[in-house]
Amino acid sequence: MPVVEATAIVARVPVRAPTLPAHPLHRLTLDNGLRVVLAPDSTAPVVAVAVYYDVGMRSEPMGRTGFAHLFEHVMFQGSAHLPKLEHARQVQGSGGVFNGSTHLDYTNYFEVLPAGALERALFCEADRMAAPLLTQETIDNQIDVVKEEIRVNVLNRPYGAFPWLQLPEVLYDTFANTHNGYGDFVDLESATADDAAQFFDSYYAPGNAVLAVGGDFGVERATEWVSRYFGRVIARSTPVRPPFGEPALTEDRHAEVIDPLATTPALAIGWRVPDPVDDLDAYLPYVVLSELMSDSDASRLEQRLIHRDHLAISQAMYLGLFGDPFDARNATGLMFQAHHASQTSAAQLITAVEDELASVASGGVGDAELARVQARIAAQLLRQADPVLGRTQSFAAGELIHGRAEFALELPARLAGVAAESVAAAAAELRAQHKAVLELKPGAGA
Amino acid sequence: MTTETSSELTNGDTSESADMALPPLIEARAGRAPRAVSATLPNGLDTLVIRRPTVPMVEVRLRIPLPAANSATAAATTARGSLMSASMLFGTAQRNQERLANDLAAVGADLSVSADADRLLFSTAVLRTGLSTVLGLLAEVVTSASYPSAEVAAERDRLGQRIAMALTQPAVVARMARSRRLFGDHPYAQTMPDLSVVAGLEAATLRRTHRDRVRPYGATLVVVGDVQPATVVRQATSAFADWVGPARKSRVMPLPDFDPVGITLVDRPGAVQSNVRIGGGAVGRRDPVYAALQLANLIFGGYFSSRLTENLRERNGFTYSPHSGIDNSAAGSTILIDADVASAVTARAVHETWYELGRMALAPVTQDELDSARRYALGTLALSTATQAGLASTLTSLAGQGLSASWLTDYQKAVAGVTIADVQAVSHRYLSVSSLATVVVGDAALVENSLGSLAALRKPG
Repeated sequence: MPVVEATAIVARVPVRAPTLPAHPLHRLTLDNGLRVVLAPDSTAPVVAVAVYYDVGMRSEPMGRTGFAHLFEHVMFQGSAHLPKLEHARQVQGSGGVFNGSTHLDYTNYFEVLPAGALERALFCEADRMAAPLLTQETIDNQIDVVKEEIRVNVLNRPYGAFPWLQLPEVLYDTFANTHNGYGDFVDLESATADDAAQFFDSYYAPGNAVLAVGGDFGVERATEWVSRYFGRVIARSTPVRPPFGEPALTEDRHAEVIDPLATTPALAIGWRVPDPVDDLDAYLPYVVLSELMSDSDASRLEQRLIHRDHLAISQAMYLGLFGDPFDARNATGLMFQAHHASQTSAAQLITAVEDELASVASGGVGDAELARVQARIAAQLLRQADPVLGRTQSFAAGELIHGRAEFALELPARLAGVAAESVAAAAAELRAQHKAVLELKPGAGA
Repeated sequence: MTTETSSELTNGDTSESADMALPPLIEARAGRAPRAVSATLPNGLDTLVIRRPTVPMVEVRLRIPLPAANSATAAATTARGSLMSASMLFGTAQRNQERLANDLAAVGADLSVSADADRLLFSTAVLRTGLSTVLGLLAEVVTSASYPSAEVAAERDRLGQRIAMALTQPAVVARMARSRRLFGDHPYAQTMPDLSVVAGLEAATLRRTHRDRVRPYGATLVVVGDVQPATVVRQATSAFADWVGPARKSRVMPLPDFDPVGITLVDRPGAVQSNVRIGGGAVGRRDPVYAALQLANLIFGGYFSSRLTENLRERNGFTYSPHSGIDNSAAGSTILIDADVASAVTARAVHETWYELGRMALAPVTQDELDSARRYALGTLALSTATQAGLASTLTSLAGQGLSASWLTDYQKAVAGVTIADVQAVSHRYLSVSSLATVVVGDAALVENSLGSLAALRKPG
């Protein structure tokens, strides 16, 4: 066996956080209010188009749970110049891929295609922004489809949508923040074409959306196409977005759910964190903290819960219900979840997690550990930015949530600037505040 | 609402102002074909490097063949592969688990190790400046992973728990049932390690298996990113110099025939949905009709604009995400068709799927269908190889069948030349209901009666 001195192959020089490649951003706002971000980049002959509407699960009215997501499905059911299925056929038949997704604060639609299909993609997105086909027939069809989506992801499997569907009920109080974003079947089944028309009218106005285009195109030509196809979408009034923030918890909360299909327990913990938009400087240390606690084999919780104390089968700590720290506004939270053997109690796990937070709070974060975490953060941001779709989506989300597409480009430097003391202070704040605990108990017998 | 078909739209809709017509597609400039630098290192390790400096990162893959020799060793090989991959980063001759994890994270890396029926796979991305560190640590792991006994014992328990959890997931149950039906005595029938075999594994066994099987000959190192290929080859040569072993090729058992008659029904009492799984033999990437089969697969169920999606989802609302695809494994290729459908419509969904298979097998596809599938196949190939990670994974997968990057160019040419008659011929051969096996996992009390009207029901093997 070769004897190599370990230090011989491990660089001792600190790794400097690399920056994202420069992407010049061009912006315009159409007369109808549509905000447009153009991010040309000719490294590969592909383009991405992303349309973000400023409406998500949190905006659903009572009695219409799941409507934002159902509506996202219906937006693929045809528009004035594209019969049902034609949107998919035009994008895929051009050599591209498409999808849409519904989040707490926005709903997005996106395509990645060969560069020569850009004009066609813009035409397709503009057509459904102007006039989607909202018929009872297609709504009924998509209600069936969404019910099967819920069965496959939630009802027919153990740990379905745990904890994103269940933890909010413990962590928050308002209907906007606690209700089931996938939707009750009763609510879904009663959805009508009138509801859809009203939802579209209220939330899908061009002034309530952001269009981002990234990849291999000329700015002048793209501007002309954007103006031609999106410019004709008639301006409508944009909705006033109510604040979704909630006051801090005044006591620890605890709830249990029984999962009839699970044979081993799971645990989720949620804490409130600062406003990720209006109080970004206070929020960023929590992003670094979540990475330090839970990302990679070197993290504190992986070391403690998996390798040292053997308390968990798996662990994860992350910001935001869906694990993206930058895709939600206030209120949002830091989440922890673990699967664990029945012999381990939830209390043991909670104690271990709180111990580790306390250790960061009181013992601080050493230079080497902070450098490791910053290197991991930098690497992950760079990797996300490599695909043209990832870049384009981050520009659209930055523009919609933070009011600045440039936010995505500035993020690596801002995170690299988070000091060890701020991370320790964030951990101390979490220890000082109240938490929401959700235990999943197995109902299937081990 | 307009009623144009797609071809009419493409030609322009004269009833409205000219700019309301669907814009034309412009022929995009061709993407740069990946220029791969390949080298076989003195120890036999095949190395493939591509410069792709889109972000200052590097993707690294190391694929090591680990097939089971035959059905008798399949259970042991699968269990050992799983526990080895879970324990391999628990320390080396120079570093304990924590030190190794820290040194990887310090250069932005998060090395993962996975095992399947064909291979072990190491995978990570790393900051450009950390590539030599990662190659050094990877070499340290393959030459001196220590498998500390106490840690391996704890991981064995955790692996057992993870397997037990996986066995409660309907998608896992369905995959296992279809693999048993298709592969019988072949090692591929073993898609999940047996709990009892895992429970009996000792650290010493892993150390011995590692010594015997983790060898450079037949392995492939793939590096894609912001690198100078010549430098990477030098770095790899030096890093892996002490990783040696005999020039022995691991043998793969050919896939067996299976009996396609009847529907296997796996009872899952209380299920609110049925997992329909269909499968059968396919041709692999080296075969002259592979491109035609890929296009036939797309038209049938391989993308959203397929017949299967239009029928099951968009017309009938039976399912959320029906899909078909071709799995390319070392021992052979397989066509796989999946749909998770509401219990009440299970038999109707199977019937509609068979109906669409019959249409593929018996009648020609349209020119529009073929053109769309062709553009999709070419476009998504360009998309998937436009990123460092996508290119690295594609090349690693090709290496699994002994194929190099030049296959991508050959495949593009083959796709461009596929005709309607080609699609018809491969569909008749590979998409005939009579040559495919059907498996359903669901609540037998709800689906048995109606499924039985389609075909004889078989008990899971």
